[in-house]
Amino acid sequence: MAEFKKADSMLEWFDQRLGVVNFAKVMMTEYWIPKNINFLWAMGVLLTVLFTFLVVSGIFLLMYYKPDVNMAFDSVNYTIMQEVAYGWLFRHIHAVGASVVFLVIYIHMFTGIYYGSYKKGREMIWVSGMLLFVLFSAEGFSGYMLPWGQMSYWAAYVITELFGGIPFIGNELVVWIRGNFYVSDSTLTRFFMLHVLLLPLLIIGAIVFHFYALRFPHVNNEEGEFFDFDEEAEKYKAGDKKGSKVVAFWPVFLSKDFFVLGFFMLFFFYLTFFHYGFAMDAINFDKADGLKTPAHIYPEWYFLWSYEVLRGFFFDIAGISGKSLGLIAFGIANVIFFLLPWLDRSPMVKPANQRPYFKYWFWLMMADLVVLTVFGKLPPTGINAWIGFASSMTFLILFASLPFITKAEAKKAGGK
Amino acid sequence: MEFIYISLAVALVLLVLHFVMLKLSLNKEVRILVIIASLVGFTYWGIEPYAHHIMHPEVAEADFTFKDLKNVDTSLAGNAENGKVLVEANCIACHSIESAGFPQMMPNADAAASYGVVPPDLSSAGRIYDKNYLANFIFDPVSAMHLQHKYTPESGKSFPMPSYNWMSAQEIMDIVAYFESIAPKVAEGSEAHKQSFDAACGRCHSMAYAGSEALTPAETIKNYMGATPPDLSQYIKSRGHHYLNNFINDPQVLLHGTSMPRVGLTEKAQEEVIAYMEEVGDRKKAERETLGLWVMLYTLIFAILAYLWKRKIWSEVH
Ligand code: HEM
Repeated sequence: MAEFKKADSMLEWFDQRLGVVNFAKVMMTEYWIPKNINFLWAMGVLLTVLFTFLVVSGIFLLMYYKPDVNMAFDSVNYTIMQEVAYGWLFRHIHAVGASVVFLVIYIHMFTGIYYGSYKKGREMIWVSGMLLFVLFSAEGFSGYMLPWGQMSYWAAYVITELFGGIPFIGNELVVWIRGNFYVSDSTLTRFFMLHVLLLPLLIIGAIVFHFYALRFPHVNNEEGEFFDFDEEAEKYKAGDKKGSKVVAFWPVFLSKDFFVLGFFMLFFFYLTFFHYGFAMDAINFDKADGLKTPAHIYPEWYFLWSYEVLRGFFFDIAGISGKSLGLIAFGIANVIFFLLPWLDRSPMVKPANQRPYFKYWFWLMMADLVVLTVFGKLPPTGINAWIGFASSMTFLILFASLPFITKAEAKKAGGK
Repeated sequence: MEFIYISLAVALVLLVLHFVMLKLSLNKEVRILVIIASLVGFTYWGIEPYAHHIMHPEVAEADFTFKDLKNVDTSLAGNAENGKVLVEANCIACHSIESAGFPQMMPNADAAASYGVVPPDLSSAGRIYDKNYLANFIFDPVSAMHLQHKYTPESGKSFPMPSYNWMSAQEIMDIVAYFESIAPKVAEGSEAHKQSFDAACGRCHSMAYAGSEALTPAETIKNYMGATPPDLSQYIKSRGHHYLNNFINDPQVLLHGTSMPRVGLTEKAQEEVIAYMEEVGDRKKAERETLGLWVMLYTLIFAILAYLWKRKIWSEVH
C-alpha cells in the first residue's frame, strides 16, 4: 500500500483517496467544448435536468401509487392529487415533464441531424442517443398506462395488439406481453415494473454511455469544423482564452446552459401549473372500462407521427393487407433513424442549409413529420386518410432516397 | 380543406418571417428560436385546439330560457297561497318538502323500489329550476326532460310522475309561485354549490371524492334507466366547464339518446353545480395557482442571475 502523508485540507484528504482533483479536471474544468455553438447545444443538459425532475417526482409518486386495477385510478386521482400534501405538484411535474422531455429530445435529435453531428466519428453518439429515444418511448408508454384511465387502457390495448401482426408468433406474443388474453391486472403490474425499475435503470446506463461516447469525437459545432482539440486546449490553458476555439465545460459551457435552462424552466413551470391539459388528456380522467371504447383513440403527442405512419396504409396493395403494410412501415419508422449515419453518404459535416441537396431533404422531413403528427390525431376519415397515406409514403421515400441524394451531393462537392 | 388553407397561410407567414429576419439581420440565436417556436406552435395548434375542434364540433349555445317549451303561459302571475293548496293535494303523496314541513315518507331504498328513482324533495325547486321549465315540467314531465325516446308506448315504460296537463295554466303558475315562495334562502359560496348539486344531481349520481353516494341504489337505477349513472368525482377534468355547461343544459344535444334527463336548471344553479364539481374534482386549484406564481417568480430570478453570470463568464472568452 502506498504511503499516505497526513492531509492538510479536506480536499487533499479526499484527493488522496479518490483522486477528486484530477477527476474534476477531466470531467469539468478541462473537458473541452467548442466555443462556436448556440443555445441548441444546451438541449443535452436540459434533458439531463428534466430526467432528474422525472426521477425525483417519480419517487414521490411511487410512495402512494397502487399498481392494481381496482386501486390505481383512485390512488392517483384521489390520494395523490387530493390527499397527499403537494402530491398534485409531483404528478403535474411528472406528467408535464414526461411530455416536455420528448419536445426537447426531438429538438436535440433534429439539431444533431441539422448540423450533421451523427457522422464522421460521431456514429456512436448518435446510436446511443437513438437508444435513449427508444428507451424513453418505452418509458413514456408504460407510464401512461399507470393511472388506469380510459386512454391508458385503450392505448395499451391498441399498441399491444399491434404485435399480433407479426407472422407466426403474433398471437402468442400478445398474450406473453399482456400476461393475459386481454389488457388486465397482470398487464398493469408488469408495465409498472418496467416503468419504475427496469427501464429507468437502462436509461441511466444509456445516458452514461451517451456521455462517454461524446468524449473521443468531441461535441460538434455550428460550422461542422474539425480542429485539433489538444492544440486549442493548450492555447486556452496558456491564457489565450479569446483566441482558442474551445471553452471549458465548467464554468464556461455550463454557464450558458444554466441561462438557457433558467428560461426553459420558466416555460416548463408555466405549463406545469397553468397549462397542463396537453400532457394529461381529459379522457384519461375517466376510469378504464374495457367495455366502453372511446370515440377517438390516440397515443400521446410524441408518438403521433409514427402512429400515423401505421395508419397511413389503409388499403391493400399488391395483395398485402393494409394492416400488414402499416405494421411494416411502422417498424421501419421506429428503427430507420438508427441508420442515419450510414444512409447519409456525403462526408460533408455542415449545417443543413449549407449543403446543396441535403437542405431540401431536411426541411421536407421536418414538414412531413409535422403533418404526420397533426394527422396522427385527427380521425382518419375522408381526405384525412389520404393525407395520412401521402405523408407516410413521403416519409418512407425520403429515407429511401437519402443515400442517393447525399451521394449526388458528395459528387457535386467533390467536383468543385 | 380548411386545414390545407391554414397550413398554406402559415407557410407563407413563415417565409415572409424568414426574409424579414434576414433583412433585420437578427441575432442568429433569436432566428433559431423563432423557427423552433413557429414549428412547435403550429404543431401544438394542430394537435390541440384544431384537433379538439374537429373531434368535438361546436353545438348550439346552452339555452337557459328553455324556449322550446310552450305549453304553459308563464306570463301569468301565480298565487302562492292557491299553489300551496294544489301542492298539498297533488304532490306530497310522493314528494317530500322538508322546508315546508312535509317529511319523507319512506327510506330512499323503498322509495326507489316503488318509483324507480327516489322522487326529489321539492324544497329548493323554486330556486334551482327555471320557471318556464318547471311550469312545463308539471304540465308534461317527459317532453320537458327530452326523454320521449325512452318512454315510448312500445317500451312499456312510463315515467313515474303523471302529467298535470289537465290543470289550467293559472293553476300551474300558482304552484310555481308557491315553490318560489318556500325555497330556502341559501348563502352564496360552496354551501350553495353543494346544495344545488345534491338537489339537482344527487339522486342518481355519486360523488365518491366528496364521500357522497347517489340516493337511489345503483341496482335500482340501472333497471330504471338502462345504465348506471357515472360517479361525477372527476367529471370536471374529463369533460371540462364548456362541455358540462352545454351537456347539463340539454344532454340530448351532445349525447343523443342518453337516459339522462334535461333537468332544467337556471343558469345560476347550473353554475353552482359546476362550481361544486370543480371544488370536489380539482380541490387543489387555488393552491396550484398561487404556488405557480411563486415558483415562476423564483425561476425568473434564477434565469436573470444565470444570464448575468453567463455574460460575465463569456466576456472572458469572446
Ligand atoms: C434523454 C436523453 C438524452 C440526454 C440526457 C442527452 C444528453 C446529451 C448531452 C449532454 C450532449 C452534449 C451537448 C449537447 O447537448 O449537444 C449530447 C449530445 C448529443 N446527443 Fe444527446 N442526449 C439524449 C438523447 C439523445 C437522442 C435521442 C439523440 C438522437 C438520436 C441524441 C444525439 C446526440 C448527438 C448526435 C449529440 C452530439 C451533438 C454534437 O456533437 O453537437 N441524444 N446529448
